[in-house]
Parts: sequence; C-alpha cells; structure tokens
Amino acid sequence: MAAVQTTGSQMKIRFDRLAAATALALALTASVNAKTLVYCSEGSPENFYPAINTTGTSFDANSQVYSRLVDFERGTTNVVPGLAERWEISPDGLVYTFHLRKGVKWHNHRANYKPTRDFNADDIIFSIERQWKPENPYFKVTSENHSYFIDMGMPKLLKTVEKLDDYTVRITLNAPEAPFLSDFAMEYAGIISKEYADAMLKAGTPERVDQDPVGTGPFYLLQYVKDSVVRYKAFPQYWGGKAKIDDLIFSITPDASVRWAKLQKGECHVMPYPNPADLPAMRKDPNVTVLEQPGLNVGYLAYNTQKKPFDDKRVRQALNMGINKKAIVDAVFLGSGVPATNPIPPTIWSYNGDIKDYPYDVDAAKKMLAAAGYPNGFETDLWAMPVQRPYNPNARRIAELMQADLAKLGVKANIVSYEWGEYRKRAQQGEHQTAQLGWTGDNGDPDNFLQVLLGCEASKPGGSNIAKWCNKDFEALTLEAKRVSDQAKRTELYKKAQVIFHEEAPWFVVAHSVQYKPVRKEVVDFKLSPFGRHTFYGVDMK
Amino acid sequence: MLRFIFTRVSLLIPTFIGITLMVFLLIRLIPGDPIETLAGERGIDPARHAQLRAAYGFDKPVIVQYGLYIGRVLQGDLGKSVITHEPVISEFASLFPATIELGLCAVIFAVGLGLPAGIVAAVRRNSIFDHGIMGVSLAGYSMPIFWWGLLLILLFSVQLGITPVSGRIAVQYFIEPTTGFLLVDTLLSDEKGAFASALSHLALPTIVLGTVPLAVIARMTRSAMLEVLGEDYIRTARAKGLSPLRVISLHALRNALIPVVTVIGLQVGVLFTGAILTETIFSWPGVGKWLIEAINRRDYPVLQGGALLIGTLVMTVNIIVDLLYGLINPRIRHARPGGGGR
Repeated sequence: MAAVQTTGSQMKIRFDRLAAATALALALTASVNAKTLVYCSEGSPENFYPAINTTGTSFDANSQVYSRLVDFERGTTNVVPGLAERWEISPDGLVYTFHLRKGVKWHNHRANYKPTRDFNADDIIFSIERQWKPENPYFKVTSENHSYFIDMGMPKLLKTVEKLDDYTVRITLNAPEAPFLSDFAMEYAGIISKEYADAMLKAGTPERVDQDPVGTGPFYLLQYVKDSVVRYKAFPQYWGGKAKIDDLIFSITPDASVRWAKLQKGECHVMPYPNPADLPAMRKDPNVTVLEQPGLNVGYLAYNTQKKPFDDKRVRQALNMGINKKAIVDAVFLGSGVPATNPIPPTIWSYNGDIKDYPYDVDAAKKMLAAAGYPNGFETDLWAMPVQRPYNPNARRIAELMQADLAKLGVKANIVSYEWGEYRKRAQQGEHQTAQLGWTGDNGDPDNFLQVLLGCEASKPGGSNIAKWCNKDFEALTLEAKRVSDQAKRTELYKKAQVIFHEEAPWFVVAHSVQYKPVRKEVVDFKLSPFGRHTFYGVDMK
Repeated sequence: MLRFIFTRVSLLIPTFIGITLMVFLLIRLIPGDPIETLAGERGIDPARHAQLRAAYGFDKPVIVQYGLYIGRVLQGDLGKSVITHEPVISEFASLFPATIELGLCAVIFAVGLGLPAGIVAAVRRNSIFDHGIMGVSLAGYSMPIFWWGLLLILLFSVQLGITPVSGRIAVQYFIEPTTGFLLVDTLLSDEKGAFASALSHLALPTIVLGTVPLAVIARMTRSAMLEVLGEDYIRTARAKGLSPLRVISLHALRNALIPVVTVIGLQVGVLFTGAILTETIFSWPGVGKWLIEAINRRDYPVLQGGALLIGTLVMTVNIIVDLLYGLINPRIRHARPGGGGR
C-alpha cells in the first residue's frame, strides 16, 4: 500500500512537472504569437487623469485605461452602456438612476497597490465629487482645473449624486438636460478607484493616482516614457471580455512625414493626422488602407451681428452669396474638407439635409447689398487665425480668397490677425466685424454646436458665440430641445433651428474637414471615431 | 590657476541673473498665458480665468513673481509644469540623458571626422582632398537640419531599409530607464539585441545633429593649421629634420588646436539649437522637443526651468573650455588683467 502511495505521489509530481512544462511552453508560444499593435501617436499625454486633460492626445492615452458610466458606441456618437448596464430617466428629465455592472475588476498589476474589491457605487461618487466638491481631499490633487466638467456645465447642473446601494446611483439635476448622458460618455468622466485613491492618500502620495493609473478599461498601463512610448497590455479580466490584441504600444512620433515613413516600413500600424500632400502616395501603397470620414467639426466666418453693417441680415446673406465656397474648399483644403451648409456636420443626428446652401451668385449679391443700402459696398475687417486648426488648414489663405471675392462686390476687406490666444480672446469679446473660427464637437450632441456656438448666453462678451447673434426663435427651439429627452422630438426642433440659422445667416459656413487615417492592411476592424479619438478595443491583427 | 578659475566662475552669477530674467520677461511679453492656451476654442470665463491665474500666481506683478521664482530656484525648486503638473526638474532629468547621449555622439562624430578632415585638407592644400573636403563641409553647413533629416530617413530607412525611422529603440524592447542613457541601460539589461537596436537608432540623428559642427570644425581646423604651418618655427622644425608626422602632430596641431577648442566649445550651444529640430524629426525624447512644446503651450515653469538648466550647462562647458585653453596654452593661465597677455 505504502509502495503504491509512493508511486502515486511520484506520479503526481511527474504530472505536475509535465503540466508546468506544458503551461510554460503554452505561455511561451502565446508570447511569441502575442498580437502587438503599434500606434504612431502624435504627442505625449499630459498625464493620466482624464478629468484635467484638454487634448485629444491625452484622451487617446487615457481612454484605453479607464471606463466610463456610459460610452460612445465604437465609430458612432450613440451612447451605449458602460459601467452602468442600464439606467432610467424620470419623466421630468431631472433624475437619472444608474444600475451598475457587477463583478467589474480593477487593474491589479501595480506592485504598490492590490485592489481588494470590485468596482461599485463609491467609485462613481468619488470620481464625480473629485471634480465637483472643493472639500474632496482629491479636488486639488494634480490640478483643480477640471476643464471639461466645468465647460459641460456640471457644477450648475448637478444637484445631488447619491448611492442608493452598492450598485445603484441616483443623479439629480437642477434642470432637464438632454445631452447629459452624452456628457458622461466623454473621457473626462473616466471612473477612478476610490480604494486606490484612499490608499495613496494614506501613503502620502495622492498624485500617484494620476501618474500610475488603475482603471477598469480594456488595457492597463505598463510603461510611459515621456516623448517616447506608452505601453499597454490587454487586461484579461476586462468586463467586456479580453481585447483581441495583447499588447498596445503608442510610439510617440510628432512629425507627420516620419509617421508615414514608419507606417510604410511596418514600424507602426495606425497613424493619425497625415500630411494631405502624402495622401496620394498612401492610397497607392498596397499595404495601407486610408480610412476617411467627415470630422465632427465646422469652420466658419462669423459676422458680428451687433456691429454695422452686419446687423442687417441682407448684408450677411449678400456676402454668403458673394463668396465662392467651392473654390476655397478646393484650393485650401486640398480634398481634406467638404463644403458646409449647416452649423452642424452631416455626421450628427438632426442634420437638416433639406436646406440648400446659398448659391455663389455675384450679381444677386450685389443687388442685395444695394437693397440694404450699400450699392458701392463698404469697408470691413476680416480676421484670420494665425494657426492651423483641425477645421481650417490655412485661415490666412482662406481670408485672401474671401478678400478677392468681396472686392468684386465693392467690399474692401482688411485682413487682421493676432497671436492665437489673443485672437480668440478678442473675437470672443466681439472686437471684430468678421472673424474666422471653428469648432470640434465634444459629445456628438447637436446642442454642443448650436447652443455653445450660437446660443444667447454665449453671445455675451467673452462667450464662444462670436457672431454675437441672439435670435429668440432659434434660442427657444434649441433650449426646448435641451429639455426633452425624446430624440425624434429633439431632431425636429434642431432641424427647425437650422432653418432659422440659414435664413438669418450669422455665419458664412466654410467647411467640415475630413479625417484621414492610414491603417496597415494587417489591422482588422479599426473604426474611425467621429470625435477623432483612437480606441483599440475590438481591433484585431491578422 | 585658482585665480583664473575664480574669475571665470564669478562671471556665472551675472549670467545666471541675465538668463533667468530674460526668459522670465520674454515669455511674459508674448500675448496669451497657459490658462488661455489650455482653454481652446471654447474660451474661458473671465472669473475662472482670474481664479486660475491667482492659483498659479500669475496675477502678481512680474517683478514680485520673479523674486518669488528666484527664491524657489535657490532652494532647488523649479516649479511644476502647468500642462503635465510634473515637477520641472524631474521631467528634465528624465529627458536630459537622451539629449546628452545624442549630443555626445554628435560631438564624437563631428570631432572624430572634422579634425582629421581639416588636417588633411590643410596639409594637402589645394589638392583634390582639400577641395573635396571643403566643398562637402560647405554643403553640410548649409543644409537645413529638417531637410537633411528627412532626406536621410527617406534614403536609409525607407528606401534602403538599413536604419530605423525614428525613436530611441525598437518598440519590442522593454528597457526600464536606470541611468537614462540607453546605450548603457541596454548593456545592463539582459535583452538580446537591445544594444544594437539602440545603436542603430542613434546613427541617423547623430549624423544630422553632427553635420553642422563637423563642417565648422573641419573648416576651422584647416584654416588654423594653414596659419600655423606657415610659421617660422614649423620651418625650423622641418629644417631640423623632424618627420612630417611629428611636425604636424606635435608642433602644428597643438598650436592650431586653441581656436579649434574654442569652436568646439561654442558648438555645444549650436548642438542644443540643432537638437530641438533633430529631436522633433527623429521623435527623440530629449529636452529640445520638450522646450518647443513648452513655448507653444506657454508652459512658463518648464520654459524658465529648462532654459536655466541648459544655460547653466552651456556656461559650465564654456568654463571647462576656458580652463582647457590654460592647459593647451600656458600664456593664457598666466595672463594678468591688463598685462598684455593673449
């Protein structure tokens, strides 16, 4: 019996060794076959606390690590469940009750901290209060400048955030706000672990939370070397299932030509922001696919409607007919822009496709100017930004083309420019007669364009409505659309608002720029984000 | 010699005040501030703008801000970046080794090639070597760094596939920075092929950054050598029957080196200027690119701290060069002010 037992235990040891060897071999095979995706990013992230980030570069780096209460469906602006698996909205639009996902694991790779519990309601409360309540011990940690939380109007909007139980959170608003869910799908609303924050506070190193992030996202951060590389690994216990790629590497490459060279050589698989001049060569490369989509943006020339002669809508309409939009888009955007008609891009729901743009008609424009009392034209300024922006590759060149067109109407336009920060500040103060500017959408909601850029509140000095245009009908429609949560009803209201915008012509809408993304053929199922973000969950490699 | 060192070092103090004051005032003369730059198209509510300016201390009079800043600098605190919120000194410390590594390689490349090339051109004056070397160095000197870098990438990386396009090391190597000098760190690590990868990544940036100093050193060496070779004592040495190699290496070169060492010292400043562009093209994670970004984003603490640290470094190198003169030419270290020394 003893002999048998000895033999049995020896066999067990042998079996254990065999199993261990097999496991090692499997692990090695797996590491050899590990799928690695290299993304040639354009810059370094600001830090790993999304609530104080302001650049797309930082959001890209953070969105791999953190999850949010709700998310944007990949490749769309639709809001889908995230850490909240479902929610209810009260009929008056004031109370949101979120039911949280159970069994969501926090990243557990850090040597100095191991999570002892799953994600729960405390983390939601903490993540919101950290941005909201100055008495929260983390309010000032790293920075108190929670830009997006403030810009999306949260301090005024939020009344209470309560934990009903470990997996239910109730948020009460001061006023109904239809875009609220979209606001919470934005990167700034990434959920941080309260347990981790408490542990770091106790250790006297609260800022570690923002440098060594612990999230519930599809990838965990392995290494960040400033201006060089960000390394992530797929988190096997991710609540949505492990990512198809094993390793994700951001190879930081600021120069667009160099990014393209690396893509050609296969040193990276996806690159953002190509040089428009390289696009023909990219399209010819058999190893590369160029994805394209109109961006969530708009570039425009705003008429200051509080200053003469632009207080007369006939003058604004005349100028809209007197500027050759197609020539501008062809000459300046070089195929990377589409002429715009409405203040919101066609990728946003409620876009009114029935509106026909003002035709380019010099004679009609002259007649209208004469009817408005300016048969011989007038003199005006024409502001042009000194910098390239996502919605406008060359404002100066556009201004020159506009200047030539306006001269045909007898309008003498003097081009004015300032340093970029100064330019924006002065334009927002309303110092200009006409000024170019633009916008890139934050949350895919029409309100984020129509109220932010054309609302009455924003038309006050310092506000982002640089046409200083406050139209009570437009305002009533857009404010009502903000209050109702039924999307069909909202669409109807926004479509009507766009008709008023067209008729009143506070802007000459120039273009929506198109985003291009050269991707190597071995990358499977990379989807363009309307927000211009780069997320790699769901992407596979051949 | 001590007196000489003391005189040189004491000159550092006014230069230090000059650098800090210049950077401090110049960056504030540019319109806009970090808070506005961060705000983007949305702009910022004036009340919140004022509140954040106060939080960063930008609301105080400039001279008060400067005084507070200098007080902190003297305690070793250079502040925190307005953008990343990391201490300036730790960002600098993590990026600086990359710049030094690249700069050192570029200096070795420039001196290693420039010095012999200049000597050969001088000794073989008006020969095909002379014209060839001088022609090539003129072309190198005139080549804009951006253009030169992209040309080399297209040729060696994209067309020939010999060198990697950019970065410091291939992405598959996971090297934790120990010293920050990747050539050293890769040797310390047990990852096979990492050192070769780091070396191959250094090749093109070294050539690009080293080209202008190489051209300057070659031309300077040539003209200094020509001047010395025409001196009487060289003729005497030759007449004594010394070998040409001995004449050139012992008598001519040592005397010709003084202006060349000056030029090499001055090239340190040039290297930092060139590093800004080279680092951008080759995605080299050094301080040059860091400073450019700080200018664009009006990151005052980073700019002030970075300029101060780099300025101090350039001054230190120049002092070392001054001290080296003393070693090369005893007349300099024995000179008294007004004593008619050279």
